[in-house]
Amino acid sequence: MSSQDILPEGKQEFTITVYTENQIGLLNRIAIIFTRRKINIDSLNTSPSEIDSIHRFTIVINETEDVVRKLARQIEKQVEVLKVYFHTNTDIIWQEMALYKVPADMIAEKAPVERLLRENGARAVVIRKDYIVFETTGHREETENLIKVLQPYGLIEFVRSARIAIIKDSEGFNAKLREFEQREPGEEVSENEYLNQRDKVFTM
Amino acid sequence: MEATQQEVLTAPEEQQAIELSGSAALLEALIIEGVSTIFGYPGGAIMPIYDALYDYKEKLNHILVRHEQGGIHAGQGYARSSGKVGVVFATSGPGATNLVTGLADAQIDSTPLVCITGQVFAHLLGTDAFQETDVINITTPVTKWNYQITDATEIPEVIAKAFYIARSGRPGPVLIDITKNAQIQKFAFKGYTPCHHIRSYRPKPIIRPKFIEQAAQVINEAKKPFILWGQGVILGKAEKEFTAFLKKSGIPAAWTIMGVGAIPTDHPQNVGMLGMHGNYGPNVLTNECDVLIAIGMRFDDRVTGRLDKYAKQAKVIHLDIDPAEIDKNVQTHVAVWGDCKETLPLLTQLIEEKQHTEWLEKFNDYARQENEALIDAELHPQTGEMTMGEVIDQLNQLTDGDAIVVTDVGQHQMVGCRYAKFNHTRSNITSGGLGTMGFALPAAIGAKFGAQQRTVVAVIGDGGFQMTIQELGTIMQSGVDVKILILNNRFLGMVRQWQELFNERRYSFVDIQSPDFVQVAKGYGIAGKTVTEREDLQSSLKEMLSNPGSFLLEVMVTKENNVFPMVPQGCSVSEIRLK
Repeated sequence: MSSQDILPEGKQEFTITVYTENQIGLLNRIAIIFTRRKINIDSLNTSPSEIDSIHRFTIVINETEDVVRKLARQIEKQVEVLKVYFHTNTDIIWQEMALYKVPADMIAEKAPVERLLRENGARAVVIRKDYIVFETTGHREETENLIKVLQPYGLIEFVRSARIAIIKDSEGFNAKLREFEQREPGEEVSENEYLNQRDKVFTM
Repeated sequence: MEATQQEVLTAPEEQQAIELSGSAALLEALIIEGVSTIFGYPGGAIMPIYDALYDYKEKLNHILVRHEQGGIHAGQGYARSSGKVGVVFATSGPGATNLVTGLADAQIDSTPLVCITGQVFAHLLGTDAFQETDVINITTPVTKWNYQITDATEIPEVIAKAFYIARSGRPGPVLIDITKNAQIQKFAFKGYTPCHHIRSYRPKPIIRPKFIEQAAQVINEAKKPFILWGQGVILGKAEKEFTAFLKKSGIPAAWTIMGVGAIPTDHPQNVGMLGMHGNYGPNVLTNECDVLIAIGMRFDDRVTGRLDKYAKQAKVIHLDIDPAEIDKNVQTHVAVWGDCKETLPLLTQLIEEKQHTEWLEKFNDYARQENEALIDAELHPQTGEMTMGEVIDQLNQLTDGDAIVVTDVGQHQMVGCRYAKFNHTRSNITSGGLGTMGFALPAAIGAKFGAQQRTVVAVIGDGGFQMTIQELGTIMQSGVDVKILILNNRFLGMVRQWQELFNERRYSFVDIQSPDFVQVAKGYGIAGKTVTEREDLQSSLKEMLSNPGSFLLEVMVTKENNVFPMVPQGCSVSEIRLK
């Protein structure tokens, strides 16, 4: 049974992408929008975006589309938020990274290391006398699979990153900026200054 | 005044920098923003600002309140009566936390405020220093925006941003926390430029003509259209545009308690109040109309009752400046995003001129039924103890609907909103969304400072009055002229009503004793009297209104009177009870 099958009726995994100013406290403001509705955030990543000084949040939740749409509007309402998109898994390409620490002696003596790494698309990032750290990147099921495989060999520690995602079909936020640049070219203006004319860049 | 001040300024680069402290820069900024009145309470962490204020006494009128909660409610009353941004000062720690109720109230009722709180020195942040609280994180959920200043050079830009955010788009409260070192620090002040644009903030959504056309088409085809209007009409200063829309469309219109007063009470198309204690007709007919046109209102649960039985037969058109309000509670057929001051004229232009006489008459029929069953007895009782309704009715006759009425929260609030007459906009000031008891007395003080030429009457219950009774001291010291009308039923009336109707009269802790209010007022140098007999009511109200300064009038009303009609919680609006 996949994780999709056990979700309550109408709920599915959504990835919310939020473009924001790089501002202290904004993470809290965005998180509050979820917590006050008692919605659990499954994964949250913040990083710089393709545009200088603009940050990008990638938030994964399990909810109905109606709830996600309302949440997106509430997030977009925040002063320092520029744009919010939300997508189902079919609309995005996403990855999560995982690290696994296993005892070196167990692995060296018992595990078919080469096959194990190949089958799971993993690689060793640290090899020490006492332990080895492997890394994989992929979807949740893929990274979880390697846990099961490594468990019998005394998995010491496991950590998985938040999801990062790229939108499949849409050219997204950057395209809107580039379109605007072509339409109204400016002299020696940086991308950010185009954002100062938000009304012409964004539609809501 | 707020926007025109920029004309007297030169661009920062053309000005010679002058050395100012952060505190002085703040006060300069406030003056340029058109601020004349500040409500506040000093304390250790905001002392440098108060020290600077000593030199600005001529330009900035600071009202010393008796509690920070009183200060922020006064700021709200000021903003609501004047249409300007209310400004409030408080110190760090308890001073700042005492603002939280007012911030939440202002946030839910879209009231423009800029609150300035002092904060401990920047190097002490996060060390549990004396009177340190994490005010930014505490206030994040209840502010439109907040920001902590740790360096004086940030002050001009951040204050400009704060005022712009507070007053633009859907207004709201902004809190700026300034560390003590930033208040003291001197820097080269190069002038102040009001803010009119923030990259990541769009106060108004783009108006989309396609949807206005669709809305007009739906309205033109409607047989029984019905308008619900809220405070958005007042906040958008769109009263004229709304009146023009009403006139051309001929559609009956009902109001939320935040929207009342946008058109005069006696406007022929005004069919009354919506919601839990609203009028009979507008509630019942919500479930009969074919098109529901919501203007600047947010379908609060007190207005809609049960959502799954709310106007299911109607096509809903929703005009709102805040896109997040569209479809939040009620699914719309046509969403008209934008400032209703701009969208209403576009819509008016496209609609056909009509009279919905028969349909309007249906509302009048229900109004007659409500009158006979209930209103007549409430407003004109011949025997028994006085009712809240008759006090408000007498007040209407004496003020002729020209007063600002500030209500607290409870039965008297619903009675006040139902029966008070208004000829002018910005006349009804109440805590609508949060329902804050203790709101009215300080809000009335602020309202008077915001509209000094108008009569301000605070209508308060005996419970709510005791929540911020200390603000009588503010009245005493500032000499502000506020008429205080206490409707005393010796109960926490609204909870008692619910206990009577839904909890088998188990009156759990609603029997509240009060001090001798008149004596208390006297202690603060405020004149007052108590009325117990109907025959003294009118003359006493006259005495209150004609008294040269503040006056407290306590009217003893029926103990166990209920506010009807009522849509019981969990019921549909058409299940409204007259008794």
